[in-house]
Amino acid sequence: MDLHIVGLNHRYDDMPVLDGIDLRIESGRIVCLIGPSGCGKSTLLRLIGGLEQPTDGAIRQVGAPPDGCLNPLTYIFQDFALLPWRTARGNISLVLEDHGLSERETARIVDDVLARTDLSDFGDAFPRQLSGGMKQRVAIARALAVNPAVFLMDEPLSALDSQTRALLMDDLIGLWTREPFTAVYVTHNLQEAVRLGHKIVVLSRRPGRIRDQVAINLPLEDRTDAVAELAPTQRYLWELLREEAQAADRELADA
Amino acid sequence: MPETLAGRNPAGPAAAGRPVVFRGGGFAPRPVGPLGPLVFIVVIGLWELGSRIGWIAPLILPAPSEAFAALAYLVETGEIWRHLEASVSRLVIGWSAGMVLGVAVGFSIGLFSIARSGLVPVVAALFPIPKIALLPLFIVWFGIGEGSKIATILFGTFFPTVIATYGGVDNVDRNLIRMGQSFGLSWLSIVRKIVLPGALPAILSGTRISASIAIILLVAAEMIGAEYGVGAYVLLAGNLAATDQLIAGVAMLSVLGLVVSWLIGRAERYFLRWRS
Ligand SMILES: Nc1ncnc2c1ncn2[C@@H]1O[C@H](COP(=O)(O)OP(=O)(O)O)[C@@H](O)[C@H]1O
Ligand SMILES: [Mg+2]
Repeated sequence: MDLHIVGLNHRYDDMPVLDGIDLRIESGRIVCLIGPSGCGKSTLLRLIGGLEQPTDGAIRQVGAPPDGCLNPLTYIFQDFALLPWRTARGNISLVLEDHGLSERETARIVDDVLARTDLSDFGDAFPRQLSGGMKQRVAIARALAVNPAVFLMDEPLSALDSQTRALLMDDLIGLWTREPFTAVYVTHNLQEAVRLGHKIVVLSRRPGRIRDQVAINLPLEDRTDAVAELAPTQRYLWELLREEAQAADRELADA
Repeated sequence: MPETLAGRNPAGPAAAGRPVVFRGGGFAPRPVGPLGPLVFIVVIGLWELGSRIGWIAPLILPAPSEAFAALAYLVETGEIWRHLEASVSRLVIGWSAGMVLGVAVGFSIGLFSIARSGLVPVVAALFPIPKIALLPLFIVWFGIGEGSKIATILFGTFFPTVIATYGGVDNVDRNLIRMGQSFGLSWLSIVRKIVLPGALPAILSGTRISASIAIILLVAAEMIGAEYGVGAYVLLAGNLAATDQLIAGVAMLSVLGLVVSWLIGRAERYFLRWRS
């Protein structure tokens, strides 16, 4: 399933946040969204997932979601959004319970996604017992459980320390190479963007417009050791981002 | 191999310089062994001693042993069970009805705009009224018997429960609700699986407040036209200047309060075991 975003505008009261966004998200590809903070990245993601209604423009789902898909547009949140009163298993089964699956089918899915995220031994742990990285793994497992058409990830690694971030980045790349998924990945971290993105979309400062879209053709699994090859792209992206970030930084908050 | 600094960290002459003065610590009171029960024993012991020696006149304050004897007599005659049964059943009925209604109204205020704007001012206006002032009115409405007493307790516990509940619902992490919506959970699932457990800590701590209000109102209601009940017993003892019985009655109330608070503690530990 592809997503086509056409002529998208969004404003809060009188403040324009997104301006004329046209974007295609293709099946089996990861689109990274970068831009200075406050430029509307999270807003765009909420619009894509149907948690908010755009002021103007349209977001279209083109093609059918994969077989067995229970929730085509599925988020992975920066703050994990796990229910503290449910175990890892309970958090995953939460999103299956409304679909009338048999107990056996639910258990099969939960076991499968726990195994895929390397969490089989932690199914009965409560969130408070888990480190940040493990919590985000549970959230990833929960998202995998509904077999989404598109993952919507809003800075999923930003709440984690840098070592954990590196580990989870490897996990995400591993998940994708084993079974390619479609994702919109919001980040303000350029390294993450060039390691994970098939297409990198740079947004301007608020109101967010698309400054440029950069495609990276190097396969994901080859990027870890390709720092030199990726460096020019990363430098170009930084030049774009730097101007915007500098200008955004110097704006008054209530102007 | 990269050069390391390990083993090249000479501490220097041990005696040189001043030591850093410790200035942390404190501000972390912890329970110290059996100190609590010990204080009880010492206070009651001193009180008994004072009565025996004659420092404390028996008319002003009877010795603990006399109050204990009054209590023992109550047990012997079996009267204690009639009083306790009357009090506890009023407490349980009034309090649980107040809780159920309060949680229901609190949830509707927490979830629906119409309920919120319609009911919050009413709750704010009625909450501060001392419910005991309404008892005469309740007697007119519900009769001098059980009805008026239960209504007093129900009313008294209803309002704090409403306020605790909708406060709890308001404080449920909006991100969790948004998460539920983003996975397409039904409205009822979100309320049952996200809002209710999220509001439970606040509801349970509201229970403590409403329980103590319930006991206060119970005694007050029983002091007006009740044959049995701890409140009636204490009132009668007061009228007869039987201070030993009065103290015995007060001790029963204290134990009742402790039992209720212990039960709530158990409930909290069970329902909130997902917290640390
Ligand atoms: N619900 C909202 N109501 C009003 N303003 C909002 C709301 N959500 C976000 N904004 C504003 O919109 C702008 C973009 O926010 P956001 O999408 O969170 O930025 P980003 O994720 O890129 O940092 C910010 O200025 C923010 O203050
Ligand atoms: Mg954001």
